[in-house]
Amino acid sequence: MNTKNIMIVGVGGQGSLLASKLLGQLFQMQGFDVKVSEVHGMSQRGGSVVTYVRYGDKVYSPVIDKGEADFIVSFELLEAARWLPYLKPEGVIVTNTQQIDPMPVITGAAAYPEDLVAKMLESGARVDALDCLKLAEQAGSSKAVNIVLLGRLSHYFDISEDVWMEALEKVVPARFLEMNKLAFALGKAQGQA
Amino acid sequence: MGNENKRLLLGNAAVARGLYEAGVTFISSYPGTPSTEITEEAAKFDEIYCEWAPNEKVAMEAAFGASLAGRRSFCGQKHVGLNVAADPLYTMSYTGVNAGMVIGVADDAGMHSSQNEQDSRHHAIAAKVPMLEPSDSEEALCFAKLAFEISESFDTPVLLKMCTRVAHSQSVVTLGERTVPVKDYVKDIAKYVMMPGNAKKRHPFVEERTRKLIAYAEEGPLNRVEMGGTHLGIITASTSYQYVKEVFGDSVSVLKLGMTNPLPEKLIRDFASQVDKLLVVEELDPIIENHVKAMGIPVHGKDVLPMIDEFSQNLIAEKIGASGLLPAEEIPVVHKGRELSEAIPVRPPVMCAGCPHRGLFYTLKKNRCTVLGDIGCYTLGAVAPLSSIEMTLCMGASIGAVHGFNKATEGESENHTVAVIGDSTFMHSGMTGLANVAYNQSNSTVIILDNSITGMTGHQQNPTTGYNIKGDPAGKIDLEALCRAMGFNRVRVVDPYNLQECDQVLKEELAAAEPSVIISRRPCALLKYVKHNPPLRVKTDKCIGCKSCMRIGCPAVSMKPGPDGKMKATIDNTLCVGCGVCAQLCPVDAFVSSAAPEEV
Repeated sequence: MNTKNIMIVGVGGQGSLLASKLLGQLFQMQGFDVKVSEVHGMSQRGGSVVTYVRYGDKVYSPVIDKGEADFIVSFELLEAARWLPYLKPEGVIVTNTQQIDPMPVITGAAAYPEDLVAKMLESGARVDALDCLKLAEQAGSSKAVNIVLLGRLSHYFDISEDVWMEALEKVVPARFLEMNKLAFALGKAQGQA
Repeated sequence: MGNENKRLLLGNAAVARGLYEAGVTFISSYPGTPSTEITEEAAKFDEIYCEWAPNEKVAMEAAFGASLAGRRSFCGQKHVGLNVAADPLYTMSYTGVNAGMVIGVADDAGMHSSQNEQDSRHHAIAAKVPMLEPSDSEEALCFAKLAFEISESFDTPVLLKMCTRVAHSQSVVTLGERTVPVKDYVKDIAKYVMMPGNAKKRHPFVEERTRKLIAYAEEGPLNRVEMGGTHLGIITASTSYQYVKEVFGDSVSVLKLGMTNPLPEKLIRDFASQVDKLLVVEELDPIIENHVKAMGIPVHGKDVLPMIDEFSQNLIAEKIGASGLLPAEEIPVVHKGRELSEAIPVRPPVMCAGCPHRGLFYTLKKNRCTVLGDIGCYTLGAVAPLSSIEMTLCMGASIGAVHGFNKATEGESENHTVAVIGDSTFMHSGMTGLANVAYNQSNSTVIILDNSITGMTGHQQNPTTGYNIKGDPAGKIDLEALCRAMGFNRVRVVDPYNLQECDQVLKEELAAAEPSVIISRRPCALLKYVKHNPPLRVKTDKCIGCKSCMRIGCPAVSMKPGPDGKMKATIDNTLCVGCGVCAQLCPVDAFVSSAAPEEV
């Protein structure tokens, strides 16, 4: 199989590392060669962060370049728009509709762009947008945004729910497992298919 | 896969696994992105003694001591850390080792979390020690093990060079068994005491060792040729190899170097003779390229590819495609995506909500101080709206520089110039700078930002925290007592959440006629043991929209239209930790705890 590319983008501190860890486990359990590239250090401090997950028969580069992502999983709307150029022509953006103002917006030096979902759709991208924060809070913790998103992403893969749950169990502490399973289910049940 | 010996491991975790399997029993390191996880992961093995040293030089000397004692040892650091440890390294090249010793160094092309983009291969060449460069996690594990064999066979420390993309990428590795070779310590003054008479005898050994290492590089398992199309031959290493294979597959021939010092000249010559054109694909400096040129072989390199920033597959495809080195039908595709016409505001890193550094930097800005900074999260004090720090160079430079600044102005600057340095950075390289202030007597004000952890690299313990790498109780250096022992009479401690106290103490110490140390003390807001207050909320009827609270640049505070349509401060209660610094700036007391009862 040709290499498939998933980018996970968001704001430092939102939990994108856990999401990439889960996907890495999932695809390795499926017998694929896998590479997951993370970002540590300074940009984690509230900056724009990106993680690359690649899987296939043989994966070389650890990173995903412009025009190569089959999926962009975004924890925040502005970040989805920022990384849009990395999407393949036929790729899909699965995004949280939550907006977190970056410092230039907070200080008034820049404005947060309006109607980003519509603008991304206009560009021809397939966009699957949902309010993950609301669903995560419904599941029991605002920190479960990452698992809500993965629940939504699971729609696009022919992988049984049992396998997703097995991967979830490998990366989530046992005491948060039930809450995260609920977050996954809520994400999966929402949005357009 | 499905094999139970296969694991998906981060490059750094794979190095740690390799150290474990190689029988390492001693590791001493200083944290630095992207090297930190090697030592953190190794510390999870009970069989390996691991520690955070105060700095890289001490770490390398400790690891050398362990090698001398006959135990395989390791020390890890980022690229700039190797500068600090260069002194022992260059002479360890002469002494060689007893048990194997490997030095991990992680470069940061692209400067994801670094102050420069230096290329560590220069150190390998200058110190005349072998350097191995893995290109994925599997190689990271294998090379870490092999490095100990090389170290003991050739009597040399070995550099294991990582880069951000290898260190921080997970890929699949095969696990092996641990074996622990141990050697006896044997007194050998001629080998281990590097005074001139002995060192003169060791230098020829070093040159002879390099000749033997070249022979090993020609035949050994680290370098390999992958013949494919012969219009273009590419010599490459590390993560660049992965980009080359991603773009070209087998359509070009590749000489993949796992050992980048010393280089296998015969292998390079043979490879060059089998291809029409030769190109070196290496990030940062043209080290392999210059070597090949010096051998008299026509080669391309930095005439095609940049010397700046990290590479990627699209960059390789685009630059090599445009170079004229390939026939038209072999030019690779450069992928392109959609662009929005919309301008997307940048999202730079910021100090976290509740960061204890914020109140202190606000105070420095308010007092119009010239602030000489240092390396850590608090370097973000240079970013708007605080825009407080005016210089950042290397670990410890704030104190060295504030002394020079004040001396050079003959004291004119001393009542408004300060150094700011974190607790871990102070332990690393600040103490000697402070000794200079005490000894050569400048009236300088040094502020130690003590957040009780090494923050930027992800919460490592240090000599001031009272805990070791495993989180167990350890020695704890008392900063106040240390500064007093150096001769500072004025050592003050402030709480950076208390703006009035910070302001008063800063004014007093800048005005004082002798040097001072101010310790701004409060634990990092991200530490798990820190208990936060409930988030604040804004009483919109009280808020007058004056934006005073916006001057501290807290990501939890922003201006949004209120019920009356006028701009009002609002708090993001998912971020706010109730530190109350914003509330101290509000002229109308509009900030209240969200735990306080709602007014009717």
